[in-house]
Amino acid sequence: MTRPRLATVWLGGCSGCHMSLLGTDEWLFEAGCGRRPGVQPDRGREGVPARRRRVPGGGAVANEDNLEFARAWCANVRRSSCRSVTARCRTAMTAMRNPLGDPEGILRRVYVDAPDRDAQVPHAPGIVPLLLAQVRPLHQVIDVDAFVPGCPAPAGRIREAIEALLAGRRPPTTGESIRFG
Amino acid sequence: MAERVPTVPITIDGVEMEATAGETVLQCARRHGVDIPSLCFLEGLSPVGGCRLCVVEVAEDLRLRPACATTVTSDMEVTTQSSRLRSYRRSILELLFAEGNHVCAVCVSNGACELQDVAVRCGMDHVRYELQAPRRVDASHPRYVFDPNRCILCPRCVPGVCDEIEGAHVWDVAHRGHGAELVTDLHRPWGESTSCTWCGKCVASCPTGALSHQGSSVGEMRHTPDMIAWLVAARRREWTEREARR
Repeated sequence: MTRPRLATVWLGGCSGCHMSLLGTDEWLFEAGCGRRPGVQPDRGREGVPARRRRVPGGGAVANEDNLEFARAWCANVRRSSCRSVTARCRTAMTAMRNPLGDPEGILRRVYVDAPDRDAQVPHAPGIVPLLLAQVRPLHQVIDVDAFVPGCPAPAGRIREAIEALLAGRRPPTTGESIRFG
Repeated sequence: MAERVPTVPITIDGVEMEATAGETVLQCARRHGVDIPSLCFLEGLSPVGGCRLCVVEVAEDLRLRPACATTVTSDMEVTTQSSRLRSYRRSILELLFAEGNHVCAVCVSNGACELQDVAVRCGMDHVRYELQAPRRVDASHPRYVFDPNRCILCPRCVPGVCDEIEGAHVWDVAHRGHGAELVTDLHRPWGESTSCTWCGKCVASCPTGALSHQGSSVGEMRHTPDMIAWLVAARRREWTEREARR
């Protein structure tokens, strides 16, 4: 029997979804997912999920790097080297940054107006990704197979969704499993 | 001998039942345990038909009818669940979520929000529409806070509790369409309102976290909309008259 492979993607977000994933504790290992999990935050762009993995993605598309990563990820899904895409953290990121206005204004406020010293907007093309004008939820950028609402989604809900994906089913789309908040 | 209330036969989702003459489809359905989602309707207030979540199909009528504002008629055949109705309800909910800033994780009403509950019941797991820009929060009132980003313009507070029950008519809906928003005292900060009696019934009846008590933190706000029906019954002296008849 082929060991299930799991990768995660961490886009623009607070990592709360990944904390919840770790909240599944030993289950990750019992399910055989945890021996060599492909976790994107540690691997940068090289970590674009590939090779028949179920991929829960957390966060929103906030900068150019997120956008490029999501598109590469989506391309792998189309080539069927990556099995499914699950989105978490629906609106929190989009709803928390977008109201603050244009990215230039936010950067100026944070890096120029607020600090006592060394005030400058970070500018390092190719290293520090540019912020997009609007943060967008993942499903507005690429096709998503299933949604796991929650900010963050509780560990039990994430486990329920991954178990369904491993069994070849869709994660639950009714009842408390889709409660926002 | 108790006065006999006239009834009319009605069919809801293929089940024949007796409706009390003069009641609405929503009241009849709920009395018989049929679940129709709604947000703007509140027992004790006149129906507004504003949120359109309770739309139902009535036989031989192409238009959808708001169950909260449709009075039962004899032999009426009502359908409360169909793929068309579920699709419309979900679209309405997604538009409500997209229009405001409904981030449940940081909302005072998280866990006790009617909008959140209805989204679960209607199977909404994501929002397909573009999220809209926010509006300015009014925290000028010493006791209450109004967050228009969480307001769904139901509007229970406008013609309902503030005008109909309290008689103050502090709240109104200003502008139209996408720009529509709740205002106090013809668009003055709530804290400067001279007509507000500080009664708090608008806060009690709010279905979301739009109206809350000052100082409420995430998930701490508990609205008490049932209090409105209780208050209406008390003002009509229904209880005292009932006691007197005993």
